[in-house]
Amino acid sequence: MKVTQKGKSNGSSWIRTRALMIKESHQIIRDPSSLLIAFALPFIMLFLFGYGLSLDTNNLKIGVVMEDLSNDARSLAYAFANTSYFDARLGHSRKYFENELISGHIRGVIVIPQDFTENLRKGEVSPKLQVLSDGSEPNSATFVENYASGVFLTWLIANGYENATRTSPLLDVEPRFWFNPELSSRNTILPGCITIIIAIIGTLLTALVVAREWERGTMESLMVTPVKIREIIISKIVPYFILGMVSMLFSVAICMVLFGMPFRGSVFALCIISSAFLLVSLAGGLLISTLSKNQFVAAQASLVSAFLPTTLLSGFIFEIDSMPAILRAITWVVPASYFVPSLQTVFLAGDVWPVLLPATGIMMLIFILLFTITIMKSPKRLEAS
Amino acid sequence: MNELPLVQISNVSKVFTGGKSPALDSISVDIKPGCITGLAGPDGSGKTTLMRLIAGLMIPSSGTLTVCGFDVVNNPEEIHEIAGYMPQRFGLYEDLTVIENLNLYADLQGVSQDERSGVFNRLLDFTDLKRFQKRLAGALSGGMKQKLGLMCALIRRPKLLLLDEPSVGVDPVSRRELWKIVRELAGQETGVVWSTAYLDEAERCDEIILLSEGKILYSGIPKKLTASMKGRSFLVKESASGRRSILDSAMKNDSVRDGVIQGGSVRLVLKSGADSSLIESLIPGRKLAAVPAEPRFEDAFVDLLQHRHAHKESGVASMIRPVHADSRTAVQAEGLTKCFGDFKAADDISFSIPPGRIFGLLGPNGAGKSTTFKMMCGLLKPTAGRAAVNGIDLENAPGRARSCIGYMAQKFSLYSNLSVAQNMDFFAGVYGLYGSGKRKTIGQLVDMFDLAQYIDSTAGELPLGFKQRLALSCSIMHNPVVLFLDEPTSGVDPLTRREFWNHMNAMVEKGVTVVVTTHFMEEAEYCDEIGLIHQGRMIASGSPDMLKDKVRSVEIPEPTLEDAFVELIKKTGPGNSGIPARE
Repeated sequence: MKVTQKGKSNGSSWIRTRALMIKESHQIIRDPSSLLIAFALPFIMLFLFGYGLSLDTNNLKIGVVMEDLSNDARSLAYAFANTSYFDARLGHSRKYFENELISGHIRGVIVIPQDFTENLRKGEVSPKLQVLSDGSEPNSATFVENYASGVFLTWLIANGYENATRTSPLLDVEPRFWFNPELSSRNTILPGCITIIIAIIGTLLTALVVAREWERGTMESLMVTPVKIREIIISKIVPYFILGMVSMLFSVAICMVLFGMPFRGSVFALCIISSAFLLVSLAGGLLISTLSKNQFVAAQASLVSAFLPTTLLSGFIFEIDSMPAILRAITWVVPASYFVPSLQTVFLAGDVWPVLLPATGIMMLIFILLFTITIMKSPKRLEAS
Repeated sequence: MNELPLVQISNVSKVFTGGKSPALDSISVDIKPGCITGLAGPDGSGKTTLMRLIAGLMIPSSGTLTVCGFDVVNNPEEIHEIAGYMPQRFGLYEDLTVIENLNLYADLQGVSQDERSGVFNRLLDFTDLKRFQKRLAGALSGGMKQKLGLMCALIRRPKLLLLDEPSVGVDPVSRRELWKIVRELAGQETGVVWSTAYLDEAERCDEIILLSEGKILYSGIPKKLTASMKGRSFLVKESASGRRSILDSAMKNDSVRDGVIQGGSVRLVLKSGADSSLIESLIPGRKLAAVPAEPRFEDAFVDLLQHRHAHKESGVASMIRPVHADSRTAVQAEGLTKCFGDFKAADDISFSIPPGRIFGLLGPNGAGKSTTFKMMCGLLKPTAGRAAVNGIDLENAPGRARSCIGYMAQKFSLYSNLSVAQNMDFFAGVYGLYGSGKRKTIGQLVDMFDLAQYIDSTAGELPLGFKQRLALSCSIMHNPVVLFLDEPTSGVDPLTRREFWNHMNAMVEKGVTVVVTTHFMEEAEYCDEIGLIHQGRMIASGSPDMLKDKVRSVEIPEPTLEDAFVELIKKTGPGNSGIPARE
């Protein structure tokens, strides 16, 4: 159906839009669930993600089996026990830890064999440790293995057994991490978390509100008034845009105050990129509810289309570069995959406009596309045109 | 004054994708300005579709429809400038206050701030909602919501006012008020289209369009149609116990078109040309006295429609097992009281119902009848007092008491995406039936309610009458002694309602006790005894005729049950209509 533009009623268009926006704001304020989603949800999510989800591995529980009881062996065992990577307990036989490894109470067992000291002293055969790890948790297993050899090397060097390694490194790599020197995964997760919050507020809330008008029969009354479809849509976007921005700033404040996240960019840049992402989310939500007209379906659809891609395909948990080609291609149309890096940039690096501008541009393009489809798919009648 | 018709409908059809037959089938009719045009017909006859077509919310599949000369397909925006429309669910924002709703619709309809205060004042006075301006629309009673919905449609004094079943679920007092308001409007250049399931309302309209299966059966002045029934309606006075069997034998007679119970009488309508003397000999060995009665619009409605819907005898009579109550009172309420915070929803309500009777709970929206009803069937715990069913206390032995209860909720409460067979199977399981006993019971119910043809259909897609049969069959699966019905025929057309009560009467004859809440006075006429509840108290009780006698006066020499309802409520004082219905 074409959207007819009429000159004569344009004067009151603003009045109608404003009336609808006031109505929408009243509804937001009176509906505890929208306020809950806007303010309680960020709080809970940031808490869970900030404290609960860490991609760094510390304090891996392991067992150290001492088949050799020499001073050297003991010193090495203490080295394992003292590092923050491990939470180690000592034992005298593999049997002792076997059950715990099977039941998953410990992630690995490091065995200091009987001939350890002998080999070390002789220097003929390089001393060996045995590392048993729980292969059912591949990530942890790798960590155990790498950390164990790291600790071992450090111990060898510290105790003057350099030759024991026999291989002197040709190249010495001394890493320095920019922007996130501690390599704390929290600093990259929290921006992802803010992304999820904005996506939920934008998509879920708006998806529900239009569907609700259909379900409660108010859409039918609205349609018989002179109101235009674009006025209805604009009046839905503006109040939720404001709500989303307030909630976003609230979340950023929590990140900085509670989790001590650095914020190296400007509020201006933050608002620009957030606006773009919020608009995309809002338009997505409106499109969903225009098509579904049913709150339950709208909620399901917004979870599938907003929450999941934002979590899985935005690169904040799983790096996009290591995804298979087809998934990488899909991330090109996931707005969050532009927003997460932008947000991380603003937090950790600063206003790097060459990164931020293209991302904002692409998000705005997706927004315009969704918005146009929504307007075209919103008939001012009860049946699809 | 205005020669041109307000709405011109010529050859309009509407076909929905997936629909077997057209919702509207080449309809041609004109709607006149300045009067009330009623739109009546059974469920699914196309009333709402026609309303939406006139409102420009749907496009006709063929034919042309114009409002004030504007075509609904090409100029919907012009129509929206001159039409007011109240959809079935009033279209209110429940989380906005009364005045906020009004302001919203005033803005949307382009009413300026200066005009507004005058219009609002007039409307609020008109509808007596001034006191409630600051109240959330969701907290209003049904009648008040309806008035507010009407106000929103009236803000700019439309030339055409479309009301889609405005009186469903609304008590008689509020219905009367609404009618008064609309009547006043209709004189003043506003044409009203009022779709309704209440035939007494249809009768009062200036013009009527009678729809059935998408076709117009009659259009014109309702009185004319009623007059065509002259000499065919009769009243048979009878003692309380004999009415149901007279109705039953009358309906088996081929010359009888329609029959209903009306308080202490049975009202019969004969087929045209039938001899009235046949009534006298309906019951063998007895001479019944028949008094001629004034024809009603409903008689004509049923007469027109019965050509299409053949009357079916209830299979219940021959199949249901007689029920024997263990106690001399089937249902007993003693001082039932329920408080919600400070608010007393039900206050010291007592009554007792002997077995094999129909008891009706009546009252305005929010009067406390639903609360009382829920306490009686054990869905709500009373604050004080006790309720017993079949002599079993609901509080001491809720499980045992409930096994004597069948409950049919107001809304269709079956699984609409399961088939008829699956629904029955499930409910049989819930009631603890299994194996051959279960198969036998289900088989009997299917025969009894003639459900075999729909056995594999999805429950949600059944015709309304069959949905009701299914709901009923699921609620009597365990042979209950008492059957609780919460507004069982709300939104149902008169034919389906008759069929439903046909089944009810047959069950009551077998000793089942029925407790029913309703807003339909025709339905209340079937009751042996009525309790009228207002402001949480039982203000009157007795048989329908006793209640009518209570309000008989010089002004109302022949009161209807609705008159009785309205007058008795009026006597008790101003309504507590500000208190929301706790449904």
